Amino acid sequence: MEYLGGSVLRIDAKGIHYKELNEKINEVVLSGAKDIVLDNINGQRYIGDNLSGSDVKITINGVPGNDLAAFMDGPTIVVNANAQDALCNTMNSGKVVIHGSVGDIAGYAMRGGKLFIKNNVGYRSGIHMKSYKDLFPVIIVGGTTGDFFGEYMAGGMGIVLGLNSDLKKSVVGNYIGTGMHGGVIYLRGNVEDYQLGKEIKKFDLDDNDRAALKKHLSEFAADLNLDLKDIYNDKFVKLIPYTHRPYGKLYAY
Amino acid sequence: MVKRTAPTEFIVERDEDKCIQCQVCCRMCSNDAHVFEEDLNEVITEHKKCVGCHFCETLCPTGALEVKRSTSETRANANWTKKALTDITKQAETGGILLTGMGCDRPYPIYWDHMLINASQVTNPSIDPLREPMELKTYIGKKPDRIEIVTHLENGKIDPSKVELKTKLSTMLKIETPIMFSAMSYGSISYNACTSLARAAQQSGTLYNTGEGGLHKDLYKYAGNTIVQVASGRFGVHKQYLEAGVAIEIKIGQGAKPGIGGHLPGEKVSEDVSQTRMIPVGSDAISPAPHHDIYSIEDLRQLIYALKEATRYKKPIGVKISAVHNVAPIASGVVRAGADYVVIDGLRGGTGAAPTVIRDNVGIPIELALAVVDARLREEGVRNHASIIAAGGFRNSGDVLKAIALGADAVYIGTSALIAMGCHVCQKCYTGKCNWGIATQDPYLTKRLNPEIGAQRLSNLIRAWSREIKEMLGGMGINSIDSLRGNREQLRAIGLSDTDMKLLGLKPAGEAW
Ligand code: SF4
Ligand code: SF4
Repeated sequence: MEYLGGSVLRIDAKGIHYKELNEKINEVVLSGAKDIVLDNINGQRYIGDNLSGSDVKITINGVPGNDLAAFMDGPTIVVNANAQDALCNTMNSGKVVIHGSVGDIAGYAMRGGKLFIKNNVGYRSGIHMKSYKDLFPVIIVGGTTGDFFGEYMAGGMGIVLGLNSDLKKSVVGNYIGTGMHGGVIYLRGNVEDYQLGKEIKKFDLDDNDRAALKKHLSEFAADLNLDLKDIYNDKFVKLIPYTHRPYGKLYAY
Repeated sequence: MVKRTAPTEFIVERDEDKCIQCQVCCRMCSNDAHVFEEDLNEVITEHKKCVGCHFCETLCPTGALEVKRSTSETRANANWTKKALTDITKQAETGGILLTGMGCDRPYPIYWDHMLINASQVTNPSIDPLREPMELKTYIGKKPDRIEIVTHLENGKIDPSKVELKTKLSTMLKIETPIMFSAMSYGSISYNACTSLARAAQQSGTLYNTGEGGLHKDLYKYAGNTIVQVASGRFGVHKQYLEAGVAIEIKIGQGAKPGIGGHLPGEKVSEDVSQTRMIPVGSDAISPAPHHDIYSIEDLRQLIYALKEATRYKKPIGVKISAVHNVAPIASGVVRAGADYVVIDGLRGGTGAAPTVIRDNVGIPIELALAVVDARLREEGVRNHASIIAAGGFRNSGDVLKAIALGADAVYIGTSALIAMGCHVCQKCYTGKCNWGIATQDPYLTKRLNPEIGAQRLSNLIRAWSREIKEMLGGMGINSIDSLRGNREQLRAIGLSDTDMKLLGLKPAGEAW
C-alpha cells in the first residue's frame, strides 16, 4: 500500500485483503482525507461500508467486490469499471456512480442517496427502497435490468433508460414492483402488463414527472459524461402502486 | 343466511352486590365490553367483546368482576371443536387469513416437563449459594480454539505477575445472568414497554433487543445494554443505530412464524414509530419473508461481514433463526458463516402478529432444536466458534437451567417478560388494543404501563430466576453456570420415548452416570 503525495490520496490496493484496505480507507478518512483514489482494485468487498462524510470522494480504478457502499452515509464513490453484487445495501445518503454494469441486488433497502449505473444491472435491484423525510433514494440505470426490479419498494425513485437497447423489448425483466407500496418507477419505452407485479399500475407521465426526470437525468448525464439530449421527452411509462396497504385486506380479524 | 358474529369466548360475571356502578370497567376496557346504559342507569357487559385480558377484573375496586371462559358448547366432537367451527365461520365471512398473537397455544409436548434436574448427595457436597460465591456471569461470542499465554521466568520460576494472554480474543458480550430479553420491536410493543425492558436490562446487567423496528432516540442512553436487530425490512437501520448497541443481530426467522415475514399495519405507524423506523407515518412496514439479498449461507456470510466491517470488528454479530426441521445443519452453516452467536427460536416463541395456522403448525420445540444444534456443533468441532441463545416459551428458572444443561449459553425471554409487565396472554396483540399498555400505540392505553414499575417488575423477575438458578446449581454441587453448559448428565428424561431421549441426548430417570 502506498500513498503518493498531493491533495489526492492514492492507495494501491494490489493484492490487499479487503479488511486491511477498508481499515486504511477508514483511517485516512478519519484523519481528514477528502479525495481518495483506489488503484488496482480487484474484487475487494465492503468498500465504503458505513463510511460517512458528504465531502468525501472515493474513485475506484478496477472492479470492486460485493457490498460496495453498504450502509454508507454521505460519501461519493465513482467506479471506473463494472461493480458486483449488493451495491448500496441499506445506504442512507451519498452517491455511487458506476461507469459500467453491476450484478444483482443493487440498492437493497436503500433509504437515500443516488446510484447511477451507466449500463445494465442484474436481478432484484431496488428491492425495498424506501424514503423518509428528506431522504429519497434514486437509482438510474442507463441500460436494462433483470427481473424483480423495485420489489417491495416503499419509496424513492427508479429510472431505467435502456440506452443500449432499441426499445423493441422492454428495458426491464418480469415481476417489476411486486409488493410495491410506495415510490415511483419510470421506464423508457414501454412495458407489458404481464411484466408487472399486481400491486402496481402503468400511467402516462405528466409535467411533474417530466420535470423530475429532467432534473435527475441531467445529473446522471453530467456524472457519466453522456449526451442524453432531451431524452426526458421520450416515451416513458410511470409505475406506481395503487395502494399503500397492499396487504391490508389479507386478514380476518 | 343469518350472519354469524364471533361466538362469545368469555363471560364477565358481575357480582351485583359488590358492584358500586363506578364505571371504571367502562372507561378501561379498550374492547368496549363494559358500557354504562343511561336508560337503565347501570353498567352492563357485552360478553361477546371480551378477549379475556383480565384488566377490568384486576382494576375493579370492589372485586365485583370475574372473567370466565364461556361454557356454551357445541356438541362434543373431537374433530369439530368449537375453535374449528369458529375459525371456519370467520373465514367464510371474511375470506381472510386468521391472525393471532403470542406463541403457539396447542398442546404439543412440552419437553421441559419431561426433564428432571440432578442434585448431589454425599459424594459431591452441595454448595450453599447464600454463603459461597456462585457465578452466573456469561460471555456471549466466539471463544478461541486454544489459549496461548506468555510467561516470564524469574529465577527459573514463572513470575505470576507477568503472565500475559497472547491469544487475541474476539469481542464478547458480558452478562451477569444467562437471561436476556428477546427481540420485541417498537411498534409491536409500546414505548413504555421498550423503556421498561431497556431499564431492566441495565438494572440487571443483561441485554434487551430492539427487534426490527429501529431504536427510539430516547433509548440510546441504554445502548450498553442493547442488541440492535437488522431484519429484511432494514427499518431504522443506519449508522448511529449500527454503532449504538453492543451487538448486532441479523433476524432471519422467528419461532412463531418461521419462513414468513412481518407486517406492521400502517395504523400502528404513528409519528414516533415512523421516526424510529424511518418510514412515513401511516405506511405499512413490510418485512419480506427472506432478506432478498440472502439466498444462501454465502450470502448470509456477506451480510455478517458487511456488519462486521461497518462496526470495524468491534461488535459480535448474531443470527436469529427459527427452529425448523433442518435446524442443526442450518445452524452449523450460520456458525461457519461467521456468526458470533446463533439464536434458535422455538415453536412456542411469541409474536405481535402471525397467521394462526403458521404459529400453531410450523417449527419444532426449542428443547429438541437446542439439543440437536449443540450436538451438531460439537460433532463438527465448531461449538466454541459461536454461542447459542435459546428462545421460545421459557416459563421459569427450571426451564432456563434445563436449557443451559442442554447446551444453551443463554436464553431469551419474551412472553414471560411481558407477563411480568402485566400481560395476560390474551393473544390479541395484533389488534393494537392491549389493555395492559404493552402491545399498543394508543396513548390512552400505553400510559397504563409505567416504565419505572415495568422495569422494576422485570428486574425482580430476573433476580428471582437468577437466585433460583443459583439454588439449583448449589444443589448440584456446581458453583459456576459454565460447568453446567452442555452438561446433559445433570438431566434425566421422564416419560419420553427412546427416540426423544436420543435426540435430547438424555438418559432416562433412574439410570446412573
Ligand atoms: S377485554 Fe379485558 S378489560 Fe375488557 S371485559 Fe374482557 S377482561 Fe375486562
Ligand atoms: S401483550 Fe397485551 S394484547 Fe398481547 S397477549 Fe399480552 S395482554 Fe394480550
